[in-house]
Amino acid sequence: MISLPFIAVIILVSMALFAIIFKRNLIKIVMAVHIMGSGVNLFLISLGYTEGGIAPIFTNAPGMQMVLPTPQALVLTSIVINIAVVALMLSFAIAIYARYGTFDTTKVRLKG
Amino acid sequence: MKRDNEASGIVKNVACILAIPITVFGLYVILHGHLTPGGGFVGGAVMATLIALFLVSFRKDMIKGGMKKSFSLSETLGLLAFISLAFLGISATFFHNFLANTDLFFGTIVPFGSNPGYLGTGGTAPLMNIAIGLEVFSGLSLIVLLMAYYKPGGEGND
Amino acid sequence: MMEHAPALAIAIPLFAAFAVSLIGKIGKRIRNMWVILSLILTELLVIYLNYEILTNGIHTYALGAALPSLISPGGFPVRIILEIDAVNALVSFIVISITLAAVVYCWRFMQAISKDREHIDRFYSLLLLFTAGMIGMSFTGDFFTLFVFLELTSVSSAALVSFFRDGESFEAAFKYMIISAIGALFLLLGIGILYSQYGLLNMAAIAKEIMLHMSFLDKVSLSLIVSAILLKIGPVPLHMWKVDIYQKLPAPLVAVCITSSLVGIYVLSRILFSVFFVMGSLSGWIIIILGVLSIFVGVTMSLLQKNLKRMMAYAAIAEIGYVMLGIGTGLAAASKDFGFIALSGGILHTLNDALNMGLLFLITGAIFYATKKTDIRDLGGLAHRSASLSALFIIGMLAVSGLPPFNGFVSKLMIYESVFCLNPLLAVVGILGSILMLAIFAKVFVSVFLGTPYRRKFKKMPASMMAVMWIIALFILFLGMFPEMAINNLVTPAADALINHEAYMGGVI
Repeated sequence: MISLPFIAVIILVSMALFAIIFKRNLIKIVMAVHIMGSGVNLFLISLGYTEGGIAPIFTNAPGMQMVLPTPQALVLTSIVINIAVVALMLSFAIAIYARYGTFDTTKVRLKG
Repeated sequence: MKRDNEASGIVKNVACILAIPITVFGLYVILHGHLTPGGGFVGGAVMATLIALFLVSFRKDMIKGGMKKSFSLSETLGLLAFISLAFLGISATFFHNFLANTDLFFGTIVPFGSNPGYLGTGGTAPLMNIAIGLEVFSGLSLIVLLMAYYKPGGEGND
Repeated sequence: MMEHAPALAIAIPLFAAFAVSLIGKIGKRIRNMWVILSLILTELLVIYLNYEILTNGIHTYALGAALPSLISPGGFPVRIILEIDAVNALVSFIVISITLAAVVYCWRFMQAISKDREHIDRFYSLLLLFTAGMIGMSFTGDFFTLFVFLELTSVSSAALVSFFRDGESFEAAFKYMIISAIGALFLLLGIGILYSQYGLLNMAAIAKEIMLHMSFLDKVSLSLIVSAILLKIGPVPLHMWKVDIYQKLPAPLVAVCITSSLVGIYVLSRILFSVFFVMGSLSGWIIIILGVLSIFVGVTMSLLQKNLKRMMAYAAIAEIGYVMLGIGTGLAAASKDFGFIALSGGILHTLNDALNMGLLFLITGAIFYATKKTDIRDLGGLAHRSASLSALFIIGMLAVSGLPPFNGFVSKLMIYESVFCLNPLLAVVGILGSILMLAIFAKVFVSVFLGTPYRRKFKKMPASMMAVMWIIALFILFLGMFPEMAINNLVTPAADALINHEAYMGGVI
């Protein structure tokens, strides 16, 4: 049976995709993108797990085996990039609200 | 005496008191990035919560709008410091750590084996952490300030 | 010093982007000089790199090592590695040349669009970040660096879309940002699956592992990565964001964004040819079908539009369809010799498409600069006010449709002939697409340039804008008259480098 973090990843990513496709409020779409980012970050971290490993910090480390540190570096970069993306999308949402007065995507005039 | 969009006295006082521990903790996380989890980005984000805290607990006109220009300047300076540090190692390759394992500014040699971390090690990594910390603090504060003071017809992103 | 050329070609636009806002406080002219100077420096580095690759072979560079060539100190590659062979060098050359031309054009164009000095500072800074991202994406030899530069490109181009601050630009930018974010997250999922299989992130090292055995999870990861990059290229089922953002960008930036689609096609072909070795199977046919759909839907939807930029956006989508058709045929028929010709045709069409559509969009920008209108029904008779603009438009129109003395003919003929050997129906669709594209542009030419003379306000165009457009037109003519120079020196080594995956792996291990 697949271990628990991967089930959580599948649930998070599919819920986020459902929300992006079907929800109409702009803020909900932005939140769904952030949740999907969190799901992918969880997937990357849980890849590096070894049984009984400790945190990969060098200071005062006991001499046991450590979990893989490379996915943690990837996840740090990914978190930074996701913050920039979400901040940019929220700024666009604020500007759309100031122009049109609503957050609803069906009332904002999206061209075909 | 209290207006509508202003928090109560308790929140204002606690925000002023909390400013010092938040700053100290943020600087600790930035400086010890090469020994403990954290580093430039996380420490900068911790320090940016200070600006968000002030924005929430005080009235909007009590916070100076002139902070935007100084934050923009410090953000640019932080980025330029980071990329200059990357260029300085060009004698070997780009981004080369030219201060590690030599007895210069941040470069004491690391003893072998498990040890409590020594702050003076690491080479250019702590310097880059400081530059990134300054940049992230300015950048995130600038984003929060721009979103709070948004007027249609004057808004930019960087 | 010159052995650091790959890293410097990425780092100089980054440094210039960060310093533009400081230098802009000093003065307008110094800022313009600074931007153009940094781009010229990067162009010289890329030309030097091209020359060295064509004489010496694959060039690799390890970022942060004690020596630039210290790639595998223990038998496996460590650190971020840039690996450049002939096709990388060609793509980066196209990118930096078009960006340099667009920035020289922007010098006077931006002064007419906006008077706010800080706004234009941010515009130049974002444009330089976009350039650094695209050159990084074409030089990288490592999957995670690909993700980082892809996101850098998406975020900076989404911020550039909202340059004119009306409500429609913000909507277009929002839609673009959602789709880019989803695509990048899928890419990260695919990279995670690959990492969990092999423990490596370097493209050449993963290629060596996959060559031994390809499991089911590798196929899952391949489909995730390919769909992520297809979201960036924008073929027909996924093209909606492209039309909206091409309408809302300032005209020289559309030329730069077209090159970003071409870099995306390069990344796709690099992954399919050199890393995953799927030559001769289903993936080739998927790309062919997407290319044919793009050609067909692109030209038919373009006939219905009334806005000039929107019409040209659909034509740009159709041209991307031609490149995908060529590369897909090269993938599906890689062992036969017409597959090689199709691949060369696809790569040559990359160069030609960037030049042709770049010229056409710069002409559109010039029309906007002169008349401040973009709707075809409002324009008419512009030939009487500016004869050189109509001459340039005729050159661009004939080159895009693939007529003989211009460069479009060479690449399209290579694609038609080789695709005909694969399946005649595809070549028929391609030829029909070209004919319809000639019809579209002829309609635009007649309604915009001919007719009764234009009586409203027509601003005179500055010399730098016209000079850039004429230089591009001269290149188009030159490539059309003497195509062997480009094919033998630039395109055939590039196609060789894509097919020859042992050379790619040998550069690193």
